[in-house]
This record gives sequence, C-alpha cells and structure tokens, in this order.
Amino acid sequence: MSSPAAAMTVDTRRAPGIGVYNMKFGMWVFLLSEVMFFSSLIGSYIILRFAHPEHFGLPGQVLNVPLTGFNTFLLICSSVTMVKAFAAIENGDQAGLKKWLIGTVLLGSIFVGIQVFEYQLLAHEHFVPAADAYATLGRDGVGEVVGGPLYGMTFYTMTGFHGAHVTIGVLCMIFVTIRAFMGKYSQANHGGVEILGLYWHFVDLVWIILFTIVYLI
Amino acid sequence: MQNAENPAGPEAHAQAHAQPRYMVVWGALFVLTVVEVLVAFFSGIPKTILIILLLALALWKALLVALYYMHLKWEPRRLWIVVMSPLPLILIMLGVVLLEAW
Repeated sequence: MSSPAAAMTVDTRRAPGIGVYNMKFGMWVFLLSEVMFFSSLIGSYIILRFAHPEHFGLPGQVLNVPLTGFNTFLLICSSVTMVKAFAAIENGDQAGLKKWLIGTVLLGSIFVGIQVFEYQLLAHEHFVPAADAYATLGRDGVGEVVGGPLYGMTFYTMTGFHGAHVTIGVLCMIFVTIRAFMGKYSQANHGGVEILGLYWHFVDLVWIILFTIVYLI
Repeated sequence: MQNAENPAGPEAHAQAHAQPRYMVVWGALFVLTVVEVLVAFFSGIPKTILIILLLALALWKALLVALYYMHLKWEPRRLWIVVMSPLPLILIMLGVVLLEAW
C-alpha cells in the first residue's frame, strides 16, 4: 500500500496515456488518416493502370522526370532544414530556428512553384486532367504519345492533392516563422515547431512514394 | 495542464539523449533518389524486378524519414503501435484493389 502522498507523485517525464503530449498525438492521428487518404489515391491509380494500360503512356515519355527529380531533391532538402529548425530550438538557438524555418519556407515555396510550372509545361504539351484522350508531344524523340483520359485524371489528382498539402504546409510554416520572430518558442516550449515538422516530413514521405510510383514505374 | 503549458517538455528527455546525424540521413536520401532514377531509366532490368527494386528503395527512404526526421525511433512503444495500425488496413485495401485489377 502506498501512502497518499506517494500516490499523488506524478512522473513529469512521461505524459499519461499514449506517452506523448496531446497535440503531438493529435497530429499523428491526423497523419494516419492522411496515410489512408493517399493510399486510396495510389490504390486507385494502380488498379486503373493495370486494368486499362492503353490509357497510360510510359512516365519517362509523357512526364518531365528531370524537372520533377530536381523538385524531389528540393523537398528532401526542405525536410532537413525543417528538422534543423527543430534541433536548433531544442538547443535554445533562436537564430538557428529562424534561419532554418526561412530556408524551409523558401524551399517549400519553390517546390510548389516548380509544380505549377510543370503543370503548365504538361498542359502546353496537351497532357491535361480531363480530356477524352491525350496526344502529347513525347520526350526523347519518341514522337507523339497517345493515351486515354485516366492517365491525366489520376496523375493530376494525386500530384494535385500532394501539392495542396505542400501549399498548406508552407502557409502554416509562414505562421510558425512569424511566431518564431515574435519569440514565442523556447527550449522549454516548442511544441508548435515539432507538430508542424511532423506534418512537413509526412508530406515529404508521401512525395517519396508518389515520385517512385508515378514518375519512375 | 502541464502538457498545455510545456508541450515539448514531457519528451524532452527522449530526444535529448541523441541528436541524430540529420545530414547523413539527407545524404542517404539524396543518394537513394539518384540510384532510383538511374535504375529506372538506365539499368535495363526486367520490369517486374525493376518495380520491386524501386518500391523497396522508396520504402527505405520513407522509413529513413519516419525514423529519423519524424523521430519515430525515439518515441514510446505505445505510439509505435498506433502508428503501425493503418498498415494492415492498407495491405487489405491494396490487396483487394489488386485482386480486382486482375
């Protein structure tokens, strides 16, 4: 039998329940719902590509893989700047937090900009979301590539939803950066940076999978 | 209440013990991406093996991001269980979808 005084002692090193603080657990649960969301999109793409191969051209012939490869590199870089921002505030480095957050905002914004530019290029080459059929100019001298509407629909749905997530992430990142400049985060209180970091890394993780499935396979 | 006032506090000990080498992970992600592109377009590997190889490389990269950048490696086991919970659901969904495709 423990005494009442001992029973009231709380181990402050560990949050009760799942073992992490509530905001962080909430973000994880949200991210898990996002896992199912993107899995359903990717699953739809797989079934449609298997069932109707005549609609789909080879990614290397229709899509601009070098441009998107560079964009993938930028997103990977933005993940490391984000985690550096988190590491900085964990060590109480306010200047480092601001520097790395600004870097992440810039890289994320450039990613979205390049994606819009990519869409423009593809539309210019007649690869559009909802045409009855497409006949793109083709790359690497292969000539005209012909296919059906499913390719454009699935491609723009998957990459568009991801782009929307990155855009929302950039907006949230700007908000957190402003708060960082207002001195709202400290070594003892930087949950906001960690929560946004989780979201940002998840968006990067989704892109890693999407890039492979949509652009390389 | 303590959580609301100091959200990063309860786990500070978990992350303070080790500062992962973030740049090493970044280098690994970069190299794996380059390998993926080279394998996809210049290797001449048969299609089926190529798909398996590319998916394995992508999952490797995703795991690196989740473990080190999202700090899953240092999180409590209970959170691990929650995080892993959608995986069987995804397998069921993709399995059913692929059966449908064939």
